[in-house]
Amino acid sequence: MTPGLLFLLVFCGGFSIMSIELLGGRILAPYFGSSIYVWGSLITVFMLALSIGYLLGGRYSLRNPSLKRFGSLFLVSAAAVLPLLLAGNLLMDLVFEYVDDPRYGSLLASMVLFFVPTIALGMISPYAVRLLVEHKDQSGHIAGKLYFVSTIGSALGTLLTSFYLVLYFEVNQILVAIVTTLVLCGLVAVGAGRREPLFQ
Amino acid sequence: MKLTGFVILLVLCGIASAEITLHTEKSLYRNIAVVEQDNVRCLRFTVKRRESRQTCIDTADSDNLVLPYTPMMFGGLMLNPAPKRVLLLGLGGGTIAGIFAQLFPDISIDAVEIDPAVVRVARDYFGFTDREGTRVYVRDGRVFTRRATRNDERYDYIIIDAFNGDYIPEHMMTREFLQECQELLTDDGVLVANTFSSSRLYNSESATYASVFGEFLNLRRRHGNRIVVAGKNGLPPGDWLRTNINRVDADLARFSIDLERILSLDRGSDWRPKARVLTDQYAPANLLRGASD
Repeated sequence: MTPGLLFLLVFCGGFSIMSIELLGGRILAPYFGSSIYVWGSLITVFMLALSIGYLLGGRYSLRNPSLKRFGSLFLVSAAAVLPLLLAGNLLMDLVFEYVDDPRYGSLLASMVLFFVPTIALGMISPYAVRLLVEHKDQSGHIAGKLYFVSTIGSALGTLLTSFYLVLYFEVNQILVAIVTTLVLCGLVAVGAGRREPLFQ
Repeated sequence: MKLTGFVILLVLCGIASAEITLHTEKSLYRNIAVVEQDNVRCLRFTVKRRESRQTCIDTADSDNLVLPYTPMMFGGLMLNPAPKRVLLLGLGGGTIAGIFAQLFPDISIDAVEIDPAVVRVARDYFGFTDREGTRVYVRDGRVFTRRATRNDERYDYIIIDAFNGDYIPEHMMTREFLQECQELLTDDGVLVANTFSSSRLYNSESATYASVFGEFLNLRRRHGNRIVVAGKNGLPPGDWLRTNINRVDADLARFSIDLERILSLDRGSDWRPKARVLTDQYAPANLLRGASD
């Protein structure tokens, strides 16, 4: 696997995070409205999940780092989006049933639907740093490039989703595309890992 | 000649008469301004643009409905001439709630408004008064309807007046939302919605109402808002509407609401039949609004 391909995978991870967050507003609105606190809940959950994801991703890279494990992060992310896709309304029905206040309702629903996938997606970038860094004098440079690519992906994910994707596709169709992309990313990394366990 | 010059001068003075800003406020959701000119006091959500007038009252004559869409919101009386329980989604200045209370003294009104600042302004500047039977809920309209369907609430007159010129709450324009409203209606209940009349949104929105309610009254003036009047189970026959018009006409005269004229504004189904229906899964109302037809 070339560094370029690895950057592309990281880009897809960043794209998915913000695309899902944008769709999150859409998904929650029929139950909890589009008041300012719904966005507050969503952003809180995403930030919290990402911070935990960064921590865990770094930790996970300490032992036996490999492309295979890197790929598994994408596959786990894809699997973690499935409950949102398959049982989103059911889960929100449950939350709506038990929590009367739409502030805590939207916070809890965001937790249930978005916390786990966003943690998994947050693990990708720090793990990629571990795969790419060979010498410590380039570590800052590589980390900087990875943040750049991942965040550019997030910016594009936000823009494309809010400007165009929602105009042409249903929310679930976009989610299916994201899941598919993540699975493909995961398979590419796992496949490459068979030939070269550690990124060279 | 002298007289003509004098008249022109008078007209110019009339045009130039200054607009006074009584109140401005940045709320959680928008900029609110209360402005007054020639006894007409308006609530505006954008200070710069005139067309974003939300509610206007005539401070000299409270029975005079300033904005042309307001009388049309009573078009639902053709389907149900004696509503007992009204749900109002979007309070604005509270004009519509006030007229309902005057027309039907025993009526019960649930008014839902997302912006607490709008409720305050309605009370302070637009004469919206608390009365027994009127309750104001500060919350998102869709959250209210969803909760209300769970609690098996029923209303015989639902008004959707939640769309201002700047940003549309997209989750209140979907098939699923309208189905919730339909469920909340009594068998002889009526839904009246103040909606958009141009752009691709007009087609999609019309198709969405038709997908839930079937045939409805599609009230359009040459310019401005379009009002949808829909019965829970389609439209009753024309004689039924006329009978109801005769029943309430005398009471409405005070507010110069002419139901016969309002009925004549029905344009039938004049939208593109293949327009895509808006759903919770597909709800780009704000983007469609920007797209030309």
